[in-house]
Amino acid sequence: MSITRPSLSALAALAVALAAASVLMTFFVAPEDVDQGLSQKIFYVHVPIALTAYACFGLGAWKALRLLLTRGERYDLESYTGIHQGTIFGALTLVTGSIWAKASWGVWWTWSSNQLVLFLVLFLFYCAYFMLRFSIEPGPQRERISAVYALFGVALIPVSFFAIRLASDFIHPTVFTRDGPQMTGSMFAAFCTSWAAITLLAYVMYRTELAGKRTDVNLRDIREALAR
Amino acid sequence: MTAYLGDVAALARKDLRLELRARDTLPAMALFVVATLVVFHFALPGGASEDAAYGLLWVALVFTALLGLGRAWAPESEAGALDGLVLATSDRSAIWLGKALATLAFLLAAEIVALPAFALFFAPLDGPALLGVLLASVGICAVGSLVSAMAAAARGREVLLPLLFLPLAIPLVVGGVGSSVSPEPGAYLAFLGLYDAVFAILSWAAFEYVVTE
Amino acid sequence: MPLGDVARRARSEGAAAVSEAVVRAVGLEKRYGLRTVLRDVSFELESGGALVVTGPNGAGKSTLLRLIGGLAAPSRGLLEIGVERRRVGFLGHEPLVYRELSALENLDLYGRLYGVPERRERIGMLLGRFGLWEARRQRISSYSRGMTQRLALCRALLHEPDLVVLDEPHASLDDEGLALLDAELGTLAAAGKTLVVATHDPARVAALATGSIVLGHA
Repeated sequence: MSITRPSLSALAALAVALAAASVLMTFFVAPEDVDQGLSQKIFYVHVPIALTAYACFGLGAWKALRLLLTRGERYDLESYTGIHQGTIFGALTLVTGSIWAKASWGVWWTWSSNQLVLFLVLFLFYCAYFMLRFSIEPGPQRERISAVYALFGVALIPVSFFAIRLASDFIHPTVFTRDGPQMTGSMFAAFCTSWAAITLLAYVMYRTELAGKRTDVNLRDIREALAR
Repeated sequence: MTAYLGDVAALARKDLRLELRARDTLPAMALFVVATLVVFHFALPGGASEDAAYGLLWVALVFTALLGLGRAWAPESEAGALDGLVLATSDRSAIWLGKALATLAFLLAAEIVALPAFALFFAPLDGPALLGVLLASVGICAVGSLVSAMAAAARGREVLLPLLFLPLAIPLVVGGVGSSVSPEPGAYLAFLGLYDAVFAILSWAAFEYVVTE
Repeated sequence: MPLGDVARRARSEGAAAVSEAVVRAVGLEKRYGLRTVLRDVSFELESGGALVVTGPNGAGKSTLLRLIGGLAAPSRGLLEIGVERRRVGFLGHEPLVYRELSALENLDLYGRLYGVPERRERIGMLLGRFGLWEARRQRISSYSRGMTQRLALCRALLHEPDLVVLDEPHASLDDEGLALLDAELGTLAAAGKTLVVATHDPARVAALATGSIVLGHA
């Protein structure tokens, strides 16, 4: 095992350790919120998951750009896996956000949470990515179209964010307000631990999925070579 | 540059000529949008508040646009003409621009029918609202032409196009409704302009990659 | 992993008339996902030569011609084409025209896009040569398959390409059309144009062929 490239299993072990640490910190170190009580603890999971989703979409778009500019063979799978992970974490964002909404305000969904609405739009967009990708025959055209769509996604993120901000002004009267939590030192520590854990977890999942897909491709190549 | 614009003009003219001959897409869009507005009247028990009515206008416009966009690349698919254009043009983005301009012409023509009908059935439209319609139409056609080309390369393209288009259209609906409803439409109009700029440039740059291998 | 390369060398003016390779392929491979359509295809085609491509259905003739014509890039291997992309004429399986436009309108559009000088005259000349002048204002949807094929040939040759890539040009043509096509091929070869022809009937083009490849199933 080289020093510079830790093995995947080592990283996975570290992710589990960090996750355990963050759970401990969330419940025993970070103070309980005055207004929301115990349900506020979801924040320590929900926000890092959302940030990780953005990061995955960004990674997918970056790999997509590399694909279009250099035509390198590896980028298609890397971009796809990034988007796939992003969509998984996006779905988790919606779920944890919904749980938090229920716990805080008694409703499973609210249109006044800009972040939640943004993720809903993005979720729709990226689900369509998979529909698009799997409706096209495998080959260079599918790779390029998928890549262009992935790039459109990252353009859509800020544009949708502004749109939703504008929309909330007139479309949905703000009933629930939630200020960004003013984080004390220990809250911040718990948050960062959780963020690190989830980011590392996402990275491990990304590497694992990518390795699995590459193995599939190699296996097919070998089968094909043997058949000849 | 003039050669490029000449290419764009020739391609847009070709689409206008095809539509004038076939006369199928444009009448269908006009009829569809009016029919949709009528359905909306019946769909709202107790009548629509004025604000809600503007929302309905935008739903009608978006789905009418989808109707047109679904057919946008049909002439190129019939006998492989898209490959011919890819071979013949020096800059493939001209293909996208020509198509987007022609589609915009059709959408505006449908709106010339839709907007008076809307004003008649539901609520009046003022300057900012109309400007919003214009700006959003540009965005619809820019993004729609690109996304429609993607769908054209796929199986099940009729089903796929709405899935690809609607998430991208959401910001346009926000901008459009905002410019109709808000007492300060300036921000919404500026936002529409921003959307148009961002996605037109992105579509223009990306089209080459969608139609070539 | 080696990438597919398509290198284009601009034709240098005043190059010696000595045959230089206009198309050079080394170890071409083309894959679509899991399907390998072409494997290890190598050849050289010199300027003014004519390459005949034969092989059973599904062997990849059309794919190879799309690579040479510039509509696709190889997955692996090297493909050098010494002709600018828009100086290539391509005839594929589909005619690449607009069915609801007339022959004149189709060729006029392509003429503009290719920047053909004296477009009207050139179009008129080609339509006449291929026996389509009388039907020039009719929509392609009213054409027979043979007429459509002739129009596709006009489109492929409209811009006086230096490299002409024809995928089964004889298909659908009647006797008159075949005669016109053979005459045209002879004219092109005599004018020093480089040809690539995929065909099921190599005997037809044997006279002008300078090289041939036979594709088997990959």
